[in-house]
Amino acid sequence: MIKDILKILETDARTTTKQIATMTNIPTAEVARLIKQAEKDHTILKYKTMINWDKVGEEQVWALIEVKIAPQRELGFDSIAERIYRFAQARTVYLVSGTYDLLVLAVGKTMHEVADFVSQKLAPIEGVQGTITHFALKRYKEDGEILEGEEGVKRQPVIL
Amino acid sequence: MSISSKSQHSKYYSLTSQRVEQLSPSGIRKFFDLLASMEGVISLGVGEPDFVTPWHIREAAIYSLEKGYTMYTSNLGMPELRQELSRYLKDNYELEYDPNSELLITVGVSEALDLAMRAILNPVDEVIMPDPHYVAYDSCVILSGGTPIMVPTNQENNFEISAADIEARVTSKTKAILIGYPANPTGAVMSKHKLADIAEVARRHQLLVISDEIYAKLVYGVEHTCFATLPEMKERTILLGGFSKVYAMTGWRVGYAAATKEVIAAMIRIHQYTMMCAPTMGQVAAIEALKSGEDSVTKMVEDYNKRRLVIVKGLKDIGLTCFEPQGAFYAFPSIKGTGMSSEQFTERLLIEEKVAVVPGSAFGQCGEGYVRCCYATSLADIEEALSRMKRFVAKHPK
Ligand SMILES: Cc1ncc(COP(=O)(O)O)c(C=O)c1O
Repeated sequence: MIKDILKILETDARTTTKQIATMTNIPTAEVARLIKQAEKDHTILKYKTMINWDKVGEEQVWALIEVKIAPQRELGFDSIAERIYRFAQARTVYLVSGTYDLLVLAVGKTMHEVADFVSQKLAPIEGVQGTITHFALKRYKEDGEILEGEEGVKRQPVIL
Repeated sequence: MSISSKSQHSKYYSLTSQRVEQLSPSGIRKFFDLLASMEGVISLGVGEPDFVTPWHIREAAIYSLEKGYTMYTSNLGMPELRQELSRYLKDNYELEYDPNSELLITVGVSEALDLAMRAILNPVDEVIMPDPHYVAYDSCVILSGGTPIMVPTNQENNFEISAADIEARVTSKTKAILIGYPANPTGAVMSKHKLADIAEVARRHQLLVISDEIYAKLVYGVEHTCFATLPEMKERTILLGGFSKVYAMTGWRVGYAAATKEVIAAMIRIHQYTMMCAPTMGQVAAIEALKSGEDSVTKMVEDYNKRRLVIVKGLKDIGLTCFEPQGAFYAFPSIKGTGMSSEQFTERLLIEEKVAVVPGSAFGQCGEGYVRCCYATSLADIEEALSRMKRFVAKHPK
């Protein structure tokens, strides 16, 4: 039941309690209670808006940074990961399998700002053995949404 | 003799055939011409998915073009498609159809329906069907020289066709029963036991049953029963199915018929001269749809269901009584309370509030007093359409 509600909110956070109640056949008060509960136990972390900042001429620099680290005794990767994800510049941080350990998505206003973050904050952390930074040249799709040129096909006025 | 002098000799002379003259002219065309000329119209009129065909299906077709699959296929359809279809019918319904003799790939259910009628009907034959029904049902019977016999259905009996009503209309001329559930235009779905009663009538009177199951997967909270799965019905059923609605593939023009060897052979004899084969590109897309379209369908069904609940509640809130549709993507509210005919309602709603619906009368006499609202459109549009309809109904108290 809560899953149905979450799915609706995940696609459109602005869907009202009443609308959700109609779509799921769950009473409005119950929907409200379930949402409150989900907010409280951090199932719902936040309600946000996806924005294409290019449209308003806001420059953003996106970088994917591979980070190789030496795990620490008892703490494993977590404590180093924490030191990294506490930085506001680190938008997303994953522990990954493969040739490196952490994948960090950093967003800044300029290339310089991102480079500074890598060289002055990230790389010097004890246990970080190396980084490789990939600056994003173009964002095509973000969290399931195509940024430009999504098809707006017009249906013909047919009937049957 | 020139045409004009000929027409002077006979006042009944017409350039077009009498059979065509028999078809009821579509009263809806004029609305849609009007609609095409208007700006800002929200259309609940179109009977097709608003989704674009899932990318993996489009991609498979594009790849086939790159590889040069541009030629005719076998009259029956591509062997791989028939095999996949046979597997699909087995997996979904535990029905065994031989891909080499009991399945035919057609240009949509439209062609399959036409072929089925032409393959089985003689000039005196009657075909019993529900009223209201999908617009092609009676026309295809008439074009094949048969006579459609209507069984009235209405909101009170959930738009289900009853076995007793069918049986009451069986005569020595009755050849077949034509049903289509989940239904266009009503969204009705028939339960297994009620279909079993119809099967019993078909068995007792040795009738064929043409079952148009194009909306088979679009059901909400209920099970779809494939007519051919009912006892002794596989031999009597011409099962029609398609890709248009379920996989959002209306423009690809692919569908199929599943029936006995004899019926399929008869259908192929017409198909080979009139159509040759379904579009090759569409057939390739259909293979991909059957192989891995399940997830996309589940996702679309979830979306339709939300819209269904919103539109039905909205229509009720407006004060229109609305039967709870359980399948397809149509709501069929009664507009009798407004005192308008369904054509008047449709025309005024379009002109005054720019919302397009389809008058129920387009689907048979018993459709009068209802309008068809297709909810295969965005939630935002559905809500805007509902608020315009609310204003419209409030403005026109009976
Ligand atoms: C009940 C029904 N049968 C058949 C069809 C035709 O489908 P196809 O695109 O497969 O020819 C439609 C389309 O509206 C329909 O609603």
